[in-house]
Amino acid sequence: MEFLKEIATQYQTVFYLFTVLFFIFGLKLLTSAKTARKGNWLSAFGMTIAVVATLLYKGIVSYEIIAIVMIIASVVGVVSAYVVDMRAIPQFVAVLNAFGGGVSALVAIVEFLKGKLPPNVEKLPFDEVTKSMYFHGAVAIDMFVGTITFWGSLVAFAKLQKLITERPIVLPAKNLVNFLLLVGIVVFGVLLTLEPSNLTYMFGILILSSLLGLSLTLAVGGADMPVVISLFISYAGLSAGTLGFVFLNHGLIMVGALVGASGLILTRIMAKSMNRDFYGILLGNITPPEMSKVQDDKSFYQGRVKSTTPDEVAMILDNANTIAIVPGYGLAVAQAQGVVRDLYNELTKDGKEVYFAIHPVAGRMPGHMNVLLAEVDIPYDKLKTLEESNELLPDTDVAIVVGANDVVNPLARDAKDTPIYGMPILDVDKAKTVIVIKRSLAPGFAGIPNPLFINDNTLMLFADAKPGLSEIVREYKELKS
Amino acid sequence: MDPIIAAIILFVLALIIGFEVITKVPPILHTPLVVASHAMASIMVVSAIEVTGTADSILTTVLAVIALVMGTVNVVGGYFIADRMLAMFKDDKKKK
Repeated sequence: MEFLKEIATQYQTVFYLFTVLFFIFGLKLLTSAKTARKGNWLSAFGMTIAVVATLLYKGIVSYEIIAIVMIIASVVGVVSAYVVDMRAIPQFVAVLNAFGGGVSALVAIVEFLKGKLPPNVEKLPFDEVTKSMYFHGAVAIDMFVGTITFWGSLVAFAKLQKLITERPIVLPAKNLVNFLLLVGIVVFGVLLTLEPSNLTYMFGILILSSLLGLSLTLAVGGADMPVVISLFISYAGLSAGTLGFVFLNHGLIMVGALVGASGLILTRIMAKSMNRDFYGILLGNITPPEMSKVQDDKSFYQGRVKSTTPDEVAMILDNANTIAIVPGYGLAVAQAQGVVRDLYNELTKDGKEVYFAIHPVAGRMPGHMNVLLAEVDIPYDKLKTLEESNELLPDTDVAIVVGANDVVNPLARDAKDTPIYGMPILDVDKAKTVIVIKRSLAPGFAGIPNPLFINDNTLMLFADAKPGLSEIVREYKELKS
Repeated sequence: MDPIIAAIILFVLALIIGFEVITKVPPILHTPLVVASHAMASIMVVSAIEVTGTADSILTTVLAVIALVMGTVNVVGGYFIADRMLAMFKDDKKKK
């Protein structure tokens, strides 16, 4: 046992290297739906190496508390993973992220309160003053990152769970307030580095960072959550990375970078898909002001919309060979995934080619719609990305749009004065016939009318997603019997 | 080599590898990627274990235990929910 402890303490970094390698291979397997599950367990195995190596660490004196706490928390983790509804995954992720920020900040606080430098920092070849400044500087940054992540995530959770309004809550002179908070944090951080014995500075950092976290996320609108969730991953990576610098723990530093990269990639994809400025998002301007206004434009549609009925839709579907279903978040809100599956089954039974055209922001987080459809047993090879769909759509006989609006709005291609100009859209209008299932002609999040609805080849079925689709399935079955 | 410089080099290298690998994850798997990323980031639990095992007062023990709870829930919950989701992704043949 003593021997094992010796090895674990001596070669800490080597164990972490194995962990990171398993993480990387796990991520590599995550590039295909066939191998992804194996990749996830590979990654979990890597995590186990890190945890076991740490448990063997020489400095640890009492194992009782650790064992009890970890066993109970593991049970909580497993149970919550199995009971959570797939529609609530964004909330789940917000909680994971709040916990991540919490761990980072709390561990830094504990290490700071102990008043001793961590062993790896102690070993640095510098004088005592420099070592202390390095450690306390890292602690200050970590407290800032962890706290802002914690509170920001809790606000996002409350918004997603509809505990508070989804509308942006913007403080007066928001930018000035945020800037002053940031200046305050920097000042307290420098003071803490110079005079670590004064606890006031720690509280200063914690309180101001909490306020900044609240202010930044309260200003975000509900529909921008995919961006926030993506940005969170970067914060999780940053929390791990900064904590790594506090302890000079190479494992945490490497993983922090890996996860940070994942967050930046997803944020960039989401920013592009929602037509937002990537750098603006990184600086905290997630919901641009003009986006939250809704303009009413009923005259746009006056007398130019063709409406249809479920039995007519059933006949059109009967004559079609290739059918695209274009789901938006409205589909999940209406809990209509099951009915969509029924429609899919009926159509494929008759030898029709059916696929799902999924826009990156169809859902409340990246990839959300794919999970919701996989949950109702839609095979993953029928879930097509934006690029794949746009290649298929011109040869598609019928495209059925359910619960989506802005992401199929052709104005994005050429109307320079609209907020969606330049945003990548699904070229639904290129399909031979388009059926839009929608309750009314109300505008989507961008607040602009949609010319798709008055196209010659578009038919509107005015209905709620779930009963509308059920009617179509019923009529279709009747037609075939 | 200065250990701090070494740490920064590791950070940058891991960032580059991360970009290379993760760019190739297809959009249909982005939600499991998000959850798995959070599980991985929660490797912070090792520091929570360390500070819990070496805590020297009631206050630090309490704070450390809270961190340990959150970290463990994150790791275990993250990996299990990613697995639950990935198990849902089936191709056409397996379905029937």
